[in-house]
Amino acid sequence: MNNIIILPIIIPFIIGAILLIFAKHHKLQRVISGLTSIALLLFTIYLTVLVYMDGIIVLEAGNWSAPFGIVLVADMFATLMLLLTAIIATACLFFAFKTITPKRERFYFYPFYFFLLVGVNGAFLTGDIFNLFVFFEVLLLASYGLIVHGGTKYQLRESFKYVIINVFSSALFVVAIAWLYSVTGTLNMAHLSERIAELEQTGVINTIAMMLFIVFATKGALFPLYFWLPKSYFGPPAAIAALFGGLLTKVGIYATIRVFTLIFYHDAGFTHKIIITVAAGFTMLLGVLGAVSQFDFKRILSYHIISQVGYMVMGLGIFTPLAVAGAIYYIAHHMIVKTALFLFEGAAKRVTGVSDLKQMGGLLKTHPWLAWLFFISAISLAGIPPFSGFFSKFPIILAGFQEGQYVIAGVALLVGLLTLFSMMKIFGYAFWGKQKHTEEQAKIKIGKLLAPIAPLVALTIILGLAAEPMFQYSLEVAEQIMDPQIYIDSVLKE
Amino acid sequence: MRKSPANNMMLQTAMRYITIIVFAFSFYLFFAGHNSPGGGFIGGLMTASAFLILYLAFDKKIMKKVIPFDFTILIGIGLLFGVGTGIASMLFDYPFLTQFFDYFHIPFFGEVELTTALSFDLGVYLVVVGAAMSIILVIAGDDE
Repeated sequence: MNNIIILPIIIPFIIGAILLIFAKHHKLQRVISGLTSIALLLFTIYLTVLVYMDGIIVLEAGNWSAPFGIVLVADMFATLMLLLTAIIATACLFFAFKTITPKRERFYFYPFYFFLLVGVNGAFLTGDIFNLFVFFEVLLLASYGLIVHGGTKYQLRESFKYVIINVFSSALFVVAIAWLYSVTGTLNMAHLSERIAELEQTGVINTIAMMLFIVFATKGALFPLYFWLPKSYFGPPAAIAALFGGLLTKVGIYATIRVFTLIFYHDAGFTHKIIITVAAGFTMLLGVLGAVSQFDFKRILSYHIISQVGYMVMGLGIFTPLAVAGAIYYIAHHMIVKTALFLFEGAAKRVTGVSDLKQMGGLLKTHPWLAWLFFISAISLAGIPPFSGFFSKFPIILAGFQEGQYVIAGVALLVGLLTLFSMMKIFGYAFWGKQKHTEEQAKIKIGKLLAPIAPLVALTIILGLAAEPMFQYSLEVAEQIMDPQIYIDSVLKE
Repeated sequence: MRKSPANNMMLQTAMRYITIIVFAFSFYLFFAGHNSPGGGFIGGLMTASAFLILYLAFDKKIMKKVIPFDFTILIGIGLLFGVGTGIASMLFDYPFLTQFFDYFHIPFFGEVELTTALSFDLGVYLVVVGAAMSIILVIAGDDE
C-alpha cells in the first residue's frame, strides 16, 4: 500500500498533538521529540532509498482517484528534500535541548517545532497546488509561533513585518490559484501540466505563472522581495534561526522549481531565461553586498541566505539538466552548511554573549574546535574545494557558460569571491585577533553544543569528497523533474 | 474578567438555564452536520460561546474550580481524533482518510446514518472549542 508516504506528514502531526497535551512536562517533551526526530530521520532515509529503487510513489488520499481527489507524490526530488529536512531538524532540535531556556520551552516550543515539520514535509509531498497552499499556511502559522517565541521587543517588532508580508503573499497565492483554476479547471499538478501543454503557455497563463513566481519569491527571499528576511531572522534564538535559515526559504525555492519544471516550462525563453535569471542575478549580488556591509555574525549569515538562494534559482533559470542538477546539489549543500553556520553562531554567542563582530575576538585560542569546524563550514560556503560548496557552484556556473549566459555566470563568480571575503571577515574578527571575552567566559565548555553540529560539518566534507556519486544522484533527480511526463504518468496512470 | 461590584444574581440565575439551551443546540448542530448545515466547526463555536456565557456570569476563579483542566489540551486531543480517523482507514489497507458509512437501526432514534467522518468532526469540534476558549481566556487574563 502507498500509505507509507503519508508518514512524514502524520508522524510529526501526531507527536505535535501529543506534546500539546503534555506541554508542562519538560523531560517527557525532550525525550519524545528527540526520539521522534531520530525515527523520522531513519524513516526518510528508508523512503529515499525506496523511491530511488522503485520509482515514484503516489497516494490518493481518501481513495478519491486523481485528478479529482488530492494526491501525494513522492518522487526523487521530494524525498531528497524530506531527507535534508529531517537531517537539519534533528540537528537543530538537539542544539535546542542545550540552548532553549525552560521559560521558552514551556510556551509550546516543541509542538510548534513539529507542526512546522508537518507543513514543510506536506509542501514537499503534495501533488495538488491548492494543497500546497494549505501546507504553506501550516508551516507559516507554526513559523509565526516560533519566530516570536520568547517575545522580546525586537522579535515582536520584526515578526509583525514577517507576518504581514507572508499574509500578503498568501493572499496573492490564493488569487493566483483561483485564476489558474478558472483557466484550466483543475488543481492537480500533473493534470495542470497536461492541460497547459494543450492550451499553450501564452498571455494569461504566463501572467499566472509570474504571479506564482512572485508568491514563491516572497517566501524564498528573492530580489526584490527579500527585505523581510535579514531582520526577522536576527531575532529568534540560534536553534530557531538555524532551522529557519536552513529550511524555510528552501520550501519557497522547492515550490518554484516544482512549478517551473512541471507546469510552466513551455515558454522557457521568457520565464526562465529572462525573468528568473535576472531575479537570480540581482538576488545573488544584492544579498552578498548586504552581507559585506554588515558587522554582525548573525546578520552576515542572514544576508548570505539571500545571495545563495540566488544560485539555486539561477540553476533553474539556465534550465538545462546540468544546471538544475547543480541547483539541487546546491540546495542540499546550502541547507546543511547554513544550518551549521547558524548553530556555530549560537555556540559562539554562548561564549562571548554578543554577536557583534567588533566585540568578539580570539575564540581560536580558547575554543579551537569551534573555530576550526566553523572554518570548514565557512570555506565550504564560499566554494573552496574539496568541500561541497565548490561542487555545487561549479556545475551551475559551467552550465551558464555552456548556454552563453556569460553575465550571470560572471556575477556568480564575483559573488563567490565576496562570500569568501565576508566569511573571512567573520573568521578574522571573531576567531583571530586579541581575546575580547573574559577569562571566565573562556572557560565555558561548549563541547555539548558542538556535538549536534559536527555531523553537519562531516556531511559537507562527505558531499565534497564523494561528489561524484552524489552529483550523479542529483543529475538523476534533475532528469526526472525535467521530464514532466514521468510525473504525469505516475499520477494519472494512463 | 474584572469583578463588578454590582449584584449580578439576575444574570447568574438566567445564565444557568440559557447555557443548557445553548449547549443542547450546539450538540444538535454538531450531529446535524455532514449532510445538512452544521458540523464540528459551528458546533464547537457554539459550545465555546456557551462556556463564555458562564465565564461572563461567574468569575474566572470560580470557573477554574468548575473546569479544572487547560483548554489547550482539548486542541491536542481533537487533533489526535482527526488524524486517528485517517489512520484507522490505513489499518484496513485503504488510503489515508478514506471514509466509510452505513445505515443502522437504533431504538428511539430510528434509521441513522453513521459515518467515520463523525469522529473526524468530533476532532474538529474539540479543536475549535479548545482554540476559541484559550484565545478568549488569554486575552481576558491580560489585565491581571
